Amino acid sequence: MKLGFYPGCSLQGTSREYNESVKALAPFFDIELIDIEDWNCCGATAAHSVNKDLSLALPTRILALAEKQGMKEIVVPCASCFNRLSVTQYELAEDKELKKKITDTIDMPYEGTVKILNVVQFIDQYIKDKLTEKIVKPFNYKVACYYGCLLVRPHKILKFDRVEDPTSMDELMKMIGSTPIEWGFKTECCGAGLSVSRTDLVAKLSGNIVKDAADRGAESIIVACPMCHSNLDMRRPEINKYLKEDVTVPVIYLTQAIGLAVGADPSKLGLQRHFVKVTTL
Amino acid sequence: MSRIGVFICHCGENISATVDCERVAQEAGRLEGVEFATDYKYMCSDPGQTLIKNAIKEHHLDGVVVGSCSPRMHEATFRKTCAEAGLNPYMCEIANLREHVSWVHEKGEATTRKAIQIVTGLISKVQRNKPLNTIKVPVTKCALVIGGGIAGIQTALDIANCGQKVIMIEKSPSIGGHMSQLSETFPTLDCSQCILTPRMVEVAQHPNITLYTYAELDKLEGFVGNFKATIRLKAKSIDYSKCTGCGLCTTKCPNKKIPSEFNEGLGMRTAIYVPFPQAVPNKPVIDKEHCLYYQKGKCKICSKSCPTGAIEYDKPDEFMTIEVGAVVVTTGFNVLKTDFFPEYGYGKYKDVITGLQFERLASASWPTLGEIRRPSDGKIPQKVVFIACCGSRDPAKGIPYCSKICCMYTAKHAMLYQHKVHGGDSTVFYMDIRAGGKNYEEFVRRAIEEDHVNYVRGRVARVYEKDGKLIVKGVDTLLGAEPVEIEADMVVLATAGVASKGAEELAQKMHISYDPYHFFAEAHPKLKPVETNTAGIFLAGACQAPKDIPETVAAASGAAVKVVSLLSQENLVREPIVAVVNRCAPPLFSTCVGCFMCETICPYHAIEHEEIKDRKTGAVIKTIAKINPGLCQGCGTCVSFCRSKSIDLEGYTNEEMYTEVMALLNH
Repeated sequence: MKLGFYPGCSLQGTSREYNESVKALAPFFDIELIDIEDWNCCGATAAHSVNKDLSLALPTRILALAEKQGMKEIVVPCASCFNRLSVTQYELAEDKELKKKITDTIDMPYEGTVKILNVVQFIDQYIKDKLTEKIVKPFNYKVACYYGCLLVRPHKILKFDRVEDPTSMDELMKMIGSTPIEWGFKTECCGAGLSVSRTDLVAKLSGNIVKDAADRGAESIIVACPMCHSNLDMRRPEINKYLKEDVTVPVIYLTQAIGLAVGADPSKLGLQRHFVKVTTL
Repeated sequence: MSRIGVFICHCGENISATVDCERVAQEAGRLEGVEFATDYKYMCSDPGQTLIKNAIKEHHLDGVVVGSCSPRMHEATFRKTCAEAGLNPYMCEIANLREHVSWVHEKGEATTRKAIQIVTGLISKVQRNKPLNTIKVPVTKCALVIGGGIAGIQTALDIANCGQKVIMIEKSPSIGGHMSQLSETFPTLDCSQCILTPRMVEVAQHPNITLYTYAELDKLEGFVGNFKATIRLKAKSIDYSKCTGCGLCTTKCPNKKIPSEFNEGLGMRTAIYVPFPQAVPNKPVIDKEHCLYYQKGKCKICSKSCPTGAIEYDKPDEFMTIEVGAVVVTTGFNVLKTDFFPEYGYGKYKDVITGLQFERLASASWPTLGEIRRPSDGKIPQKVVFIACCGSRDPAKGIPYCSKICCMYTAKHAMLYQHKVHGGDSTVFYMDIRAGGKNYEEFVRRAIEEDHVNYVRGRVARVYEKDGKLIVKGVDTLLGAEPVEIEADMVVLATAGVASKGAEELAQKMHISYDPYHFFAEAHPKLKPVETNTAGIFLAGACQAPKDIPETVAAASGAAVKVVSLLSQENLVREPIVAVVNRCAPPLFSTCVGCFMCETICPYHAIEHEEIKDRKTGAVIKTIAKINPGLCQGCGTCVSFCRSKSIDLEGYTNEEMYTEVMALLNH
């Protein structure tokens, strides 16, 4: 089974381990993920804050490339890339004139036929059914599933999971033997791109998330977004300074947790790359 | 040769400011068949109408075209004028020169030309018009009221007090509806039960009202004045003629853990139960879904304990057919519950409750006798947060409309809480305070100023539990969008009012229309607020949209008057604008081929089968469609569907309409 794959910039840099873990997981389920050739940046937050046309043209080019390369479905692990690609596809489908303008800009044919999957949808569709039988080492920890802002929003376009109280990751974690906690911070903002310019705010926002998870006895926080991950993980020193305590609960990707459960090599899953040390029992 | 009169109205300046009315009259006067044409400032006024009447008599007119406002406004007026002058009213046509011309165009030559064209078209049409006579239908002098809440109770009592018979059906074991569940009512804080229960008793005892509880509408056939309703009388498993309502059975029933509907799931009831102590009728029914006998075949404890031997198991539902002249639908509403608000933790935390549940907690008929204690541990909550607009005005939740009653009942809840828990602290999160109504705004101010309820303008993002407290995270948009966090003991959600369960199905049974939210649609939002598009079926109360008690009662009385005015007539007079299947000489009899396509698409089920028989032998020669003029609403759908062009709509026949169109095009 072959599927298209759009890594995006984060997965090449700060969250290499996310990329590694998705790629490491695929072969267990006979899936081959093929990178879109000559892919470009999705524009992320930067493009749509300054230039709407640009913010649509960048994702359109990616989708047009996927079409050209014969891909029917593409997996987009980064929550922000997934959001930008989905929003672009929706806006161009809704507005024919806009579609013409953008396709003229990128000077490529674009139909909007590629199905875009985030990591949870990808697992739901292609892994979930075979997951139980593949488990060799149940991930039997108490976990806090953290969805962040972008994975399930905007609901109008994505129509995926319950927007205010998503449960899709919790369900998957239960399947691999974990106990997801009930908590109030599933979709609270981590501070996102303010990580660089207002680290103090990120320390506060992410700090509240980490603290609630830790207070409720979570042994790890499960994420599916590179931005969330870097804020909860890389900013832990600032967070702990803000909290005035030493919170050591690790933050791992959904794909890493499932990877461990199906017996993937921890180093192939990139577990050694986290700032907050992950110790497996 | 026709003798048509043309009367062009200036409508003050409404038409004459953009249309040259004098010229329209002059040009019309030159057309073939026009005998008389004039213009006048106010044609609908007394002198204007007299002008028309005199012209009809003086010039022996056989048709009239009035160029004025929309026919919806004054068609009836001018047709009456013509009738008074001896002309058949259906020989009068209205050219809409206001809504279709002067109000939508600039002043100019083209505008006047358009007016002339419209008038010309109708002059041609009216020459083809045939005199029509109104249709008379007999009336069954009895009304059916569906739903026994305050809307149904008020409607039934008003109709019955006018001397007409009423049959009321209610699907639950008791009448009373949501109002019987309420504690106090805004804006007077009088006890809901105190004002409602006497009326419930009155319904049960009124000589003109027959009450059937535990009963639902199964089928509705017929038409205005002549409905035939089939009612399902659900088996109560108790012979009410023997039952004395002593209640012994309910104390003996072993299954005591069924969430009580009356107490919104906060309290429990038995399988054989009376919904609440003041129920009417005050006799129990057996809930078969939870009864051990019905589920497992054993028990019968209620039967053994009954001193009069009134329990009768295994009786099937019965069906009853009744004939009524009018129907009033008063099936009320529901409030959202379940996990519609996962972000507010409803269904997860016991102390996050709906407004209706709070009504029960605060009610004198609650086990604590009205002392407010929270559901989880029975403690008196010291800090309560009320969240308004839960679901309402939120397109993302699929409910863009305002539920209307929540602002007021939330103020009432907070007030009741402050009155009952001295030193307690209450906060209301709101979007806007919508307190339109007599003494409503004053009531809300009283909650804020005298009872010191803390009103915070802003939305709540999330409610979650931490260390035994409910953390309410919101924002105060009036204080610089500052985030607010409150540690509450109880949270009350003012959840959206939605259509009652099964509303869509009921509407389809009765062929009345409903909106996208399954609320029933009135015939006109302003001028026909209690009528439906189906003649003889009326609406009242919250089945149309969320409504408070005063508004519901007003609508109920309005619907009652409509019913009484219908039932007080010997015969109903209806507009003759109905579809007719043509008939012609033998051997054809009619061009109708009996395909009955019309039957499949008629929204009013007005198509019947007519057998044409040989006069001598009685053998059926042909079966053709026949339209029941009592049921037909003149929509014309059958006309467009008829493959052999055998159906015509009286007043708008194909011939008449084509003539009008040809005149428009040729002019």
